[in-house]
Amino acid sequence: MIRAQIDATFDSFRREARRLVAQNAEPADVVWEVTTGGGGQAVLFGGGDAVADAPHAADARSTFRVPRAFVEAAEIAAYHRDPRRWSLFYRLLVRLARGAHGLMDDAADADVIALRALTLDVKRDEHKMHAFVRFRRVEATNDAGDVVERFVAWHRPDNPILKLAAPFFQRRFPAMCWTILTPDASATWDMHALTFGPGAPRDAAPSEDALEEMFRTYYKATYNPARLNLKTQLREMPRRHWATLPETSAVPEMVAASFERVATMTAPEPTAAASWVPVARDLNVLRDAAQACEACPIHKGATQAVFGEGPRDARLMLVGEQPGDQEDTAGRPFVGPAGEVLMAAMERVGLRRQDVYLTNAVKHFKFEPRGKRRLHSKPTYEEIRACRGWLDAELEVVKPKMILCLGASAAQSFLGKQFRVGRSRGQVFETPWAPWFMATYHPSALLRMPDEAARAEATRYFDEDIAAAARALAALAA
Amino acid sequence: MEIKRKLAVLADAAKYDASCASSGSRRASQEGGIGNTEGMGICHSYTPDGRCVSLLKILFTNYCVYDCQYCVNRISSDVERARFTPEEVVDLTLDFYRRNYIEGLFLSSGVLKSPDYTMEQLTRVAKLLRVDHKFGGYIHLKSAPGVSRELLAEAGLYADRLSVNAELPTEPDLVKLAPEKTTVAINSSMGIIHDAIEEHGKRYAPAGQTTQMIIGATPTTDDAILATSSRLYTSHGLRRVYYSAYSPIPKADGRLPAKSPPLVREHRLYEADWLVRFYGFTADELTTKEAPNLSLDIDPKLAWALRHRELFPTDVNVAPRELLLRVPGLGVRNVDRIVAARRHRVLTMDDLVRLRVTLKRAAPFLVAAGAGGTAAAARLLDALSLEKRVRPPVQLGLFEAQAQAVSGEL
Repeated sequence: MIRAQIDATFDSFRREARRLVAQNAEPADVVWEVTTGGGGQAVLFGGGDAVADAPHAADARSTFRVPRAFVEAAEIAAYHRDPRRWSLFYRLLVRLARGAHGLMDDAADADVIALRALTLDVKRDEHKMHAFVRFRRVEATNDAGDVVERFVAWHRPDNPILKLAAPFFQRRFPAMCWTILTPDASATWDMHALTFGPGAPRDAAPSEDALEEMFRTYYKATYNPARLNLKTQLREMPRRHWATLPETSAVPEMVAASFERVATMTAPEPTAAASWVPVARDLNVLRDAAQACEACPIHKGATQAVFGEGPRDARLMLVGEQPGDQEDTAGRPFVGPAGEVLMAAMERVGLRRQDVYLTNAVKHFKFEPRGKRRLHSKPTYEEIRACRGWLDAELEVVKPKMILCLGASAAQSFLGKQFRVGRSRGQVFETPWAPWFMATYHPSALLRMPDEAARAEATRYFDEDIAAAARALAALAA
Repeated sequence: MEIKRKLAVLADAAKYDASCASSGSRRASQEGGIGNTEGMGICHSYTPDGRCVSLLKILFTNYCVYDCQYCVNRISSDVERARFTPEEVVDLTLDFYRRNYIEGLFLSSGVLKSPDYTMEQLTRVAKLLRVDHKFGGYIHLKSAPGVSRELLAEAGLYADRLSVNAELPTEPDLVKLAPEKTTVAINSSMGIIHDAIEEHGKRYAPAGQTTQMIIGATPTTDDAILATSSRLYTSHGLRRVYYSAYSPIPKADGRLPAKSPPLVREHRLYEADWLVRFYGFTADELTTKEAPNLSLDIDPKLAWALRHRELFPTDVNVAPRELLLRVPGLGVRNVDRIVAARRHRVLTMDDLVRLRVTLKRAAPFLVAAGAGGTAAAARLLDALSLEKRVRPPVQLGLFEAQAQAVSGEL
């Protein structure tokens, strides 16, 4: 085994690799060890084809030519955090040195693919840094007593790429004094020279800039709520960067506005239940009146309407889909198997049944008879909408500060047909019904998922969301 | 009116313009100034509709003397009106640019008094930025049709990109809905810009000219729309034609449809446009006499391939590049990698997987070395379920369509 010690720069790798190639060292025998911290290289590897100057060359074998494509890709990939990159570079280098001409063109070669993947990662990271650095303006007094402006940003790239990415800002903002801080390193331009220093935590950067409110105004106005597409937004602007992007604090209200707009366009008004809902805003009166409701056909098969229950001043309202078999018989929500899952999850984070208001988007049990059993059957969107009058009445009495929807049916009752739990669960929305609004899976969905891995993942998300609700509730009380 | 309110009103009014590109221009920063462009655009942010924020895209004013029926800013509409001063636009652009929020400015406007008067205002903004503030960032100016040759000649000296909207696909559409605009005036403005670009080279609107068409406001079919685009690309050297699905506006005129066309139609047009510009298709290959509209269910490349079964399956190891480009599921980059890699090895299906070819879509049209072979692919291709097999499992969501339109990979 040969230990090759380098300092995490391509330049350092190049010197060591040249020596090893000259010794004809087998890639499998070389272990690459980085002796100092990363941060990319200071000296570039020269642009040309020749890697052949080999000042310490022991023999003729050290003189070989490496294609430009390899050097250009590896120089960039060297900024990646992946510790396996050095052995990959060396393996490719040895193959090239041993005569694999044209290897770099073979887009289906596993090593070439691996190198391309690393290079693309770093390039994307660099591009995102160019895009997502947000300067904040600060004023300071210099030695001469003049007030001068500086622009400071904190950004966290995925890889230590600051040295690669900083020259872009020098070209773009030559007549500005600026500093970019990252956890690994910092760069400062004083209108004369670009210098690099140590990394800094996020709170080392200024916490605000008056222009950010103006940019948020623009951001909100340029958005088209009819074309909501969070998937693309998240793919292009990953959430890990949001903390330093001032405009993203406006996203929840923008999304909520979208759902409202979609809901108002799709909602059949008024809801069919309206003719059965009494004027009185008293939970006992409402519960009683709901027994007579015939706003949709579901009531025909059900034993009774299962109205919500819980304190009339509850801050948190949990809304499920509809009562199940056991609820239908007992006349109380969430007392069956799904209720058990929910109660267990609530208990784990210190939420008690008697502290929350529990109800369903649809008040009657919809089912299909199978022999002696009654199998749950999903209510249609029309049925959900028809029942909405009862939910509205409950909201008017309880006036919850927080609503947690369990499952798509509940969320769609509020936000319209477009809502998808898989896409939007766990996000907090500010809504007309409660300032804190979230949707998560329905506990019965967790019981029904056939795929073990999917179930485990959904359960984890469900627990996370219940915990988030518990935290938000505790914060309200504090 | 305070500046923040103006920004809210005039950014809202500008958001229906689909273009936000900041690419295609190279400009180094000037001594003592700020801003440059390096060819590739940068998306500094993304709004929840999945669209990128690259430029400060605003109207100079939404006051307008025209009465284009599809436009929310038409004179007969009662929207809130606002107007920037040139200095206000300059300050906003520089303030945003210095904080790295944007790549530059996309300035459009309602028509004040006359097209010439309006263009003078926009040009003044661009000149203040370029000359007084040594601004090197991206500037896109939108001209109304009918602006004088002199004014357009000046505007292009400061702007990276100029655009004149085609507005609607055909002359009868214009007559019906945009009484003040004519194909003649629009073409003449595009012609003036095209001539100036040819004459001055990179010193005049180096990122070229683009245009935008509203689709679905009239019954005009896709074949006519694509024919118009084709004509614009070839006769005026346009860089890009943008398609914008008509969206119903408040208190619309009876001549307009009450509903917007499906967004997926806009998406299919972008796909078709992409096929014409990068995949070697001609516009008239993508529709037929019997079906003058693009299919909403399947993309135009797949639709074409299904009409030309006799050409498939084709062997990735020998097929010419031109034919590979026509294989559903193979993008330009994939094709180039295949062509490079097959000089070094005989490609198998596994190799294609490593090259990230979407075999689910491409397999019925391809043969590679090893397992399967021609017979298997032919069986796939002949299977009655072919259309279903290669169709996306769910119909393309409207919300995803826009993003894919931008990436353009088919």
